Amino acid sequence: MIQVEDLHKSFDGHVVLDGISFEIGKGQVVALIGGSGGGKSVLLKHLAGLMKPDKGRVIIDGADLKTLRGGQLRALRDRLGFLFQGGALFDSLTVYENVAFPLREKTKMKEREIREKVLKELELVGLKGAEDKYPSQISGGMVKRAALARALVRDPEIMLFDEPTTGLDPVIGQAILELIDACHKRISFTGIVVTHEIPRIFSYVDRVLMIYEGKLRVNATPQELMRSEDPVVKSFLGY
Amino acid sequence: MRRMDIIRKIGAVTLESVRRMGLMGLFLVKTFLYTLIPPIKFGRVIKQIHFIGVQSSLVILLTGSFSGMVLGFQGYYSLSRFGSDAFLGPMVGLALIKELGPVLSALMVTGRAGSAVAAEIGIMRISEQIDALELMGLNPYRYLIVPNLLAALISVPLLTAIFDVVGIFGGYLIGVKLLGVGAGVYFGEMRHYVEMADVLEGLYKSLSFGVLIAWVSTFKGYYTGILTGFGAEGVSKATTQAVVLCSVLILVWDYFMTSLLF
Repeated sequence: MIQVEDLHKSFDGHVVLDGISFEIGKGQVVALIGGSGGGKSVLLKHLAGLMKPDKGRVIIDGADLKTLRGGQLRALRDRLGFLFQGGALFDSLTVYENVAFPLREKTKMKEREIREKVLKELELVGLKGAEDKYPSQISGGMVKRAALARALVRDPEIMLFDEPTTGLDPVIGQAILELIDACHKRISFTGIVVTHEIPRIFSYVDRVLMIYEGKLRVNATPQELMRSEDPVVKSFLGY
Repeated sequence: MRRMDIIRKIGAVTLESVRRMGLMGLFLVKTFLYTLIPPIKFGRVIKQIHFIGVQSSLVILLTGSFSGMVLGFQGYYSLSRFGSDAFLGPMVGLALIKELGPVLSALMVTGRAGSAVAAEIGIMRISEQIDALELMGLNPYRYLIVPNLLAALISVPLLTAIFDVVGIFGGYLIGVKLLGVGAGVYFGEMRHYVEMADVLEGLYKSLSFGVLIAWVSTFKGYYTGILTGFGAEGVSKATTQAVVLCSVLILVWDYFMTSLLF
């Protein structure tokens, strides 16, 4: 479903991605790990079409993102959900209005149907009762859950998670990972999770991609990764 | 080698300045295109009219009335040296309608609303809210930029009109009530010498200032992080640059408009 071919990206002469290539099958969830500043979020933004590569291609269901314009790009983004690291909730809207926003703007659903869907999504992420609060009035964990509800409200086929548990305490972080897993079981999206939650994330993903010095060092199952004799991998995992 | 370094630096600064001007120009063209091609988010336009127009009206009332009163004083003492104090009304009227009303209103709106718009959009940029809009398949120009342009086009001329009216009344208070110019003389001479062309000149200026304010403040906010650096410092720089650049452009553009319409 997702193919990345020989992706290169530099900023002001500093090489961030140096020939990354991989494939993700439909319904798979993949963890993207690596050192801080290693290019994981940059890679994720390429998959969302928010950045264009210097060289290489991102192909989603046969469509090269670089060639998509206007209506075609919008059609692809209708199938995509993105959980930003900080949540990126619209701070002048309540939690309810944030989650309802994509339904109001992109669908022809009636307000009653929207209300039903939004309240159901909020309940699934454990935010029942918080719908009238503004993002500044809720905790970091609640912001992430509201952002997750907004990203999932249109049942996307592809979900991209940019460090969903960063900045949260371990208990809340675990709850977020379990929520993502439950949502995946419910709607079977194809997902990529940028994370530092090692080894916790391994229970929730099919494969692990590790970026090191701009290159793809590892593309393996969690079990294969844990058995790896690569010194860089062992050092990163803390063995 | 030192000379070459200086030349290289001048070249780099020049190229970067030209690049930024080009970016700003393309931004304006895109904004106009999305304004002319539907749909328009009318709800957002109304909200921004309230923010830019209604919420600026108090500062306009204050600055307009005091500007008119100062004009009344200065105008009277200047004209009475030539025995021409009877022309206080047209002097106040023409100065406000053709020049001070549009320029001072625009500067007040820049300081109050322009800075706030730049800051709001800048914060949305650095907190990835604009990216979130794009990833929902929505056009950030239609939600953030076009409503501000339309709101400024509607609000700034109306605020200018309010400024002119309260300013003329401020001049009346000082000239007539305090300094003894006849009320009939004040308004009669004003009516005689102020023409529709003068009112239209003020209107054209205020419309163009509205475009400038919306263009510069939304551009600076939208490109926060990309042109100014990220974080709170980036937003602060974007806001400051928006106000300074807008104020300078208003005064420069005022000169060109005045010479064009003279």
